[in-house]
Amino acid sequence: MRDVVVTGLGAVSPLGVGARTLYERWSAGESGIRDGEAPCADFVATEHLSVKETRRADRFSQLAVVASDEALAEAGWGDELPYDPAEIGCVMGTGIGGITTLEDNHDTLRDSGASAVSPLAVPLMMSNAGSAALSLRHGLNGSIFSVVSACAAGAHAIGIASRMIQHGEAKAVLTGGAEAPLTPLSRAAFASMGALSPSGVSRPFDARRDGFVMGEGAGVLVLEAGDAARERGARILATIRGYGSTGDAHHLTAPEVSGRGGARAIQLALSDAGLTADGVDYVNAHGTSTPLNDRAETAALKSALGERAAQIPVSSTKSAIGHLLGAAGAVEAVATVLALRDRVAPPTLGWEEAEEGMDLDHVPGTARPLAIEDDRPAVAISNSFGFGGHNVALCLEAA
Amino acid sequence: MATTTTPEAIESTVFESLKTFGAEPGAISRDAQLADIDIDSLDLAELAQIIEDAHGVELKGADVENVKTVGDVIDIVVARTS
Repeated sequence: MRDVVVTGLGAVSPLGVGARTLYERWSAGESGIRDGEAPCADFVATEHLSVKETRRADRFSQLAVVASDEALAEAGWGDELPYDPAEIGCVMGTGIGGITTLEDNHDTLRDSGASAVSPLAVPLMMSNAGSAALSLRHGLNGSIFSVVSACAAGAHAIGIASRMIQHGEAKAVLTGGAEAPLTPLSRAAFASMGALSPSGVSRPFDARRDGFVMGEGAGVLVLEAGDAARERGARILATIRGYGSTGDAHHLTAPEVSGRGGARAIQLALSDAGLTADGVDYVNAHGTSTPLNDRAETAALKSALGERAAQIPVSSTKSAIGHLLGAAGAVEAVATVLALRDRVAPPTLGWEEAEEGMDLDHVPGTARPLAIEDDRPAVAISNSFGFGGHNVALCLEAA
Repeated sequence: MATTTTPEAIESTVFESLKTFGAEPGAISRDAQLADIDIDSLDLAELAQIIEDAHGVELKGADVENVKTVGDVIDIVVARTS
């Protein structure tokens, strides 16, 4: 089976525009959360896109396009694609899609009637608009589609993109996730079901956690077949070692308390990687700061990693940028690759109080070097779980 | 809403709309080919809404199916108002 390597990273996050901005600010203990939400406050679409591109994209697609530009620039693709465009795919994840567009047009329908609804409403709000936008911008003719699996979508996208390369369906795939859910309906809907933090604080795994803080952003990775990337002399950042995906069949929104489905996803990812728990140096947790997720995820990690779980630093990017829903798994994979390259465990911000039975090492407050006994490349598990009982684990290894 | 239907007003509406859609302002003229200023079928559908609001002229997809230039669009609307 071909190996799948990461040659480019891009992100737009509540910590700013840029993958390294995200990783470095998070590692320095900075937070992108303000007033109980995590917007990409520095992001102005027209600074990056033409008037036409801006008008033709909902905010979630705008975020995706800008993240993809950064990732492709890092991969050194420049003006000319390194492979036949028919051999380059794009798989993007989203939880919702263009909800700003949907809400705006619903307002128009209510206030001005059906004939006033924009002809751009459908192409902007469709959940596959992100992958379509990347395909158009970069001229990609391979398999192009989007994945919708709530908060597991970004990680699902990366996993499926890896499989496409392993199976010879593509030489390279742009993949990741994008979400722009900071809208009145979205806020009301997540609050109504009790998912949002009433205190507006994201403190994953802390005993006082009371829900997630919603954020927006996008993460994009350039994945290439290892042989093709090496042949063209690409700088390889990391390897996608493993992917595991399971379903709970338990409840529409709540995770199964024993974390069985999450544990099985982690075990599948490790098995895919040909590794055991001893080979894992860091866990980038889903860590939403909801009472149920963080407890079930702790159980899943203990179940999948056994005694080793207590020795591995487990931190949550959401402590710094909130929950980016369908973009979360992708943005967190971007941050994890950079952390592995630096051999650093970034911190879980705000963690102070342990809850009974939740006794893993959450790297509270301050980043810490990874303890790796030999010179081998650092390895991480990155978890993403979604409403609907979707569980994904990625196994990532620094190059 | 009061509608103004002079040819000049219609031309002004069309030019302003095309600018909003992202066409290069300096490239917009009656003779400009729609394809050359990156105006496509979705833009024309939006333009039809704007024209109906501003001038009370309804354009259907078939009306603009064969238009090539900015002037072609203006002429169709002007013809409908006279």
